[in-house]
Amino acid sequence: MSDSDSNKVDKKRRRMLIGATAVVGAAGTAAFAAPLLISWMPSERALAAGAPVEVNISKIEPGQLVRVIWRGKPVWFVKRTEEMLKDLASNVPLLRDPDSAVDTQQPPYAKNEVRSRKPEILVLIGICTHLGCSPTYRPEKAPADLGADWKGGWYCPCHGSRFDLAGRVFKNVPAPTNLVVPPYYYKSDDLVLVGEDGGAA
Amino acid sequence: MSNSIRKWVFVLIVPLLVLLILNIVGGSSGHKVPLQQVSVDLDDKASLQRGAKYYMNYCFGCHSLNFSRYNRVAKDIGLTSENGFSDDDVTKLIKENLIFTTDEEGKPVKTGTLMKTAYSPKAAAEAFGTSVPDLSLVGRSRGPEWIYSYLKGFYLDPSRPMGVNNIVFPEVGMPDVLINLRGHQVLEHEAGNAEEGEHHGAPKLKLVKPGKLSPPEFDRVVKDLTAFLTYVSEPAQLSRKTYGIFVLLFLILFFFVALALEKEYWKDIH
Amino acid sequence: MAAYPRKTEATGLLGWFDERFPIVETWKAHMSEYYAPKNFNAWYYFGVLAMLVLVIQIVSGIFLTMHYKPDANLAFASVEYIMRDVPGGWFIRYMHSTGASAFFIVVYLHMFRGLMYGSYKGKRELVWLIGMVIYLALMAEAFMGYLLPWGQMSFWGAQVIINLFNTIPVIGDSLSLWIRGDFVISDPTLNRLFAFHVAAVPMILVALVFVHIVALHTVGSNNPDGIEIKKLKNEKGIPLDGVPFHPYYTVHDIPAIAVFFMAFFAILFFLPEMGGYFLEHANFEPANPLKTPEHIAPVWYFTPFYTILRSVTLSPFMGTLAMFGAIIMLFLLPWLDRNPIKSWRYRNTAHMLNVAIFAAVFIILGYLGVKPVTSELKELGVRMTEIYFLFFVVIYAHSNSHKPGRYLVWFLALAGAIFLIDWYRYNPEDIETAKQIKWQWIWPIGYLAVTLLLPFLVRPCNAEKAVPERVTS
Repeated sequence: MSDSDSNKVDKKRRRMLIGATAVVGAAGTAAFAAPLLISWMPSERALAAGAPVEVNISKIEPGQLVRVIWRGKPVWFVKRTEEMLKDLASNVPLLRDPDSAVDTQQPPYAKNEVRSRKPEILVLIGICTHLGCSPTYRPEKAPADLGADWKGGWYCPCHGSRFDLAGRVFKNVPAPTNLVVPPYYYKSDDLVLVGEDGGAA
Repeated sequence: MSNSIRKWVFVLIVPLLVLLILNIVGGSSGHKVPLQQVSVDLDDKASLQRGAKYYMNYCFGCHSLNFSRYNRVAKDIGLTSENGFSDDDVTKLIKENLIFTTDEEGKPVKTGTLMKTAYSPKAAAEAFGTSVPDLSLVGRSRGPEWIYSYLKGFYLDPSRPMGVNNIVFPEVGMPDVLINLRGHQVLEHEAGNAEEGEHHGAPKLKLVKPGKLSPPEFDRVVKDLTAFLTYVSEPAQLSRKTYGIFVLLFLILFFFVALALEKEYWKDIH
Repeated sequence: MAAYPRKTEATGLLGWFDERFPIVETWKAHMSEYYAPKNFNAWYYFGVLAMLVLVIQIVSGIFLTMHYKPDANLAFASVEYIMRDVPGGWFIRYMHSTGASAFFIVVYLHMFRGLMYGSYKGKRELVWLIGMVIYLALMAEAFMGYLLPWGQMSFWGAQVIINLFNTIPVIGDSLSLWIRGDFVISDPTLNRLFAFHVAAVPMILVALVFVHIVALHTVGSNNPDGIEIKKLKNEKGIPLDGVPFHPYYTVHDIPAIAVFFMAFFAILFFLPEMGGYFLEHANFEPANPLKTPEHIAPVWYFTPFYTILRSVTLSPFMGTLAMFGAIIMLFLLPWLDRNPIKSWRYRNTAHMLNVAIFAAVFIILGYLGVKPVTSELKELGVRMTEIYFLFFVVIYAHSNSHKPGRYLVWFLALAGAIFLIDWYRYNPEDIETAKQIKWQWIWPIGYLAVTLLLPFLVRPCNAEKAVPERVTS
């Protein structure tokens, strides 16, 4: 390479070609990386294991909590008594989101004061919205450790978050949002399918 | 210049020598029963669906497909909502067409489960004197031609425990489950080639008692089964060729861009 | 060592790094001011392609390890789980299986390039030796990886290879028992080979590739003319026939990588089994210690050595020795080929024929390894094995072309040795073998005639050419 040669170099063309090769090469690399990254998504096995779960609710006693597993997480079924439902309203001034305004926390059909399709049956994912512990079911009224205002609900042992019997979070606790209501629908009066909305949401 | 021709001559000597020496020596191993050719069209969803149905009816009683899932098979062979089936229809179709097994509690298995059979390997060993293989991968370990020839290759042989033998799988342990469709076949030999000192020529099967289906109809059943087993052995083959075409087209583009860059720089070098 | 703080012309962030790490110096030494001969041809792509395949294997291997289960009860199913249930899993698996064969294709071509152009000469013995160790490590890596799918070929292939250690006198049985950790290939064997395959050997491979390149860049690259470009430099000390590796060879390699990928992905997407040579049919059956497949053959890249193993029937131990000896001979090449001319372009015709025939013999040995044994092919295997080893003697005999009379001596000695071996092997009662011995002697004798008698009798075939001062084209 002599100096006269380097004078002839079309620097603009070189920059353009370097840019073009880099862009096409980067696109190729991204396409190459895609299947690698996608392989981290749930496999067919995980999807099969996470398939909707059928739950028979006919044998749940009033006030009782039944746990089932859906996608590896606890799902709670609670048959609320008349009294429990009546008490829900009195919690409202103490709650952070009494009207279930955060849409990600429940399907539209559970965006109501009882947060369920049928008032007496509450379906919740039993995972605290703070850091993922599973809160403890405390249906009793005004126990010594939870104070006189407690009308039943959940208490998270990890960081002290509190939820009422509609899974709504109280003010001044670490958890930011209400407990999540999973998609579910009634296949019949006694059969609930967790994991699907049942077509019409 | 002559030098560059000379070196190519020597590079070309390599393959020529290989072919020459191997041709002179020859010597392949003795003749086997030739397999019948079959062309499998995995885009023919109707054939795959029939194949799946035959498989569930005639084979799945004993032969599991341990690595396949019902819902994946249903989707791949075209039992999908896009083809006019609603979600409920699909579930129903899967249940009616595919799922014949139940879990330990006696409930029908879920659509996402693996296609295992209720038949225990131990019971199979007792009944047939051999283990009953899973057929998830038979399309790759044996290949479509073998499956096709095997299913057509049963003939009556009273010396065998099941009363049948197979032309491509001698001393086969499996009963001829398709015998009612095919009919009875017997083994014959073509006239022997005296020059090569053979007592009899290539073996040949002859239909002595027709079954429910005519031979062309029966061939279609076997072909559908072969297609289904070929698909099951590698579900990815339904899509991978499509990806391949796009990848190659992209690489051609990349090649020309990179080549232009190379030429631009190598203008410097004399 | 430079005094601290390091001096650097670089400023800014690069300067910050360069004061603490010789980043500019390293870049210059190996890229922008590493002068490579300007006459590289297509054979010089295979080094960079081998590095590319190494990266593909490491990346795809890491992702396979995330889904694979190294357990004799789960391994086979977990591979099928990858093929069917993991999103994109089949692509990752085919990348790895195609990559394994691609690795050997590019490495064999890379080695053949070295043989053609004498790239082990001129203080490059270490480059060649390190390369040979890489090749050995690669074979170990491939063998261990092949056990992991736990199919029939995985099992029986490993069975045969590990039983090679059985043939070692005295300690053989204990040694193979120790390697297996059981009386047969089983779960502990799978687990330990898995550990080697995913952790130990890849680390060694990467380190060796690094050392291979450092050694190469210390001496400088050879080229198709076999000329040392460092002999002629301009006033700035830059080789006249050299070009900076970056940008010239970096942009030169990119289109080649694109072409390589076209072939690679064409196989991956359209012929992932490659007719049973990249993924063997019998390996789609789970390992069954009670039933050997009808026809067992190693994967294609091992078959040349497998044929040598089968051909030496003196004793099993001799077979094993011959197989490993075949690899050791390659290690010795820099000390066997003592001819000062590097590139075959300027060597005599006999040498060019010798190299071409060796390549053909290697391919035939490989072909024989995948075929069932018949008496013709068995004898051909023996004859090709003989030529394989004769090659190393002939290349030594070709070291000095000025005394062609010695070729005749070599011819008589080597032909005599072949005759002695035949005389020992000949047994008139074994009619088939005897018949084959009686005509297939033409291969080694013909080989010796072409490489030794021809340059002795026809002097133009012994003529070496003057190596030019500057590289051609």
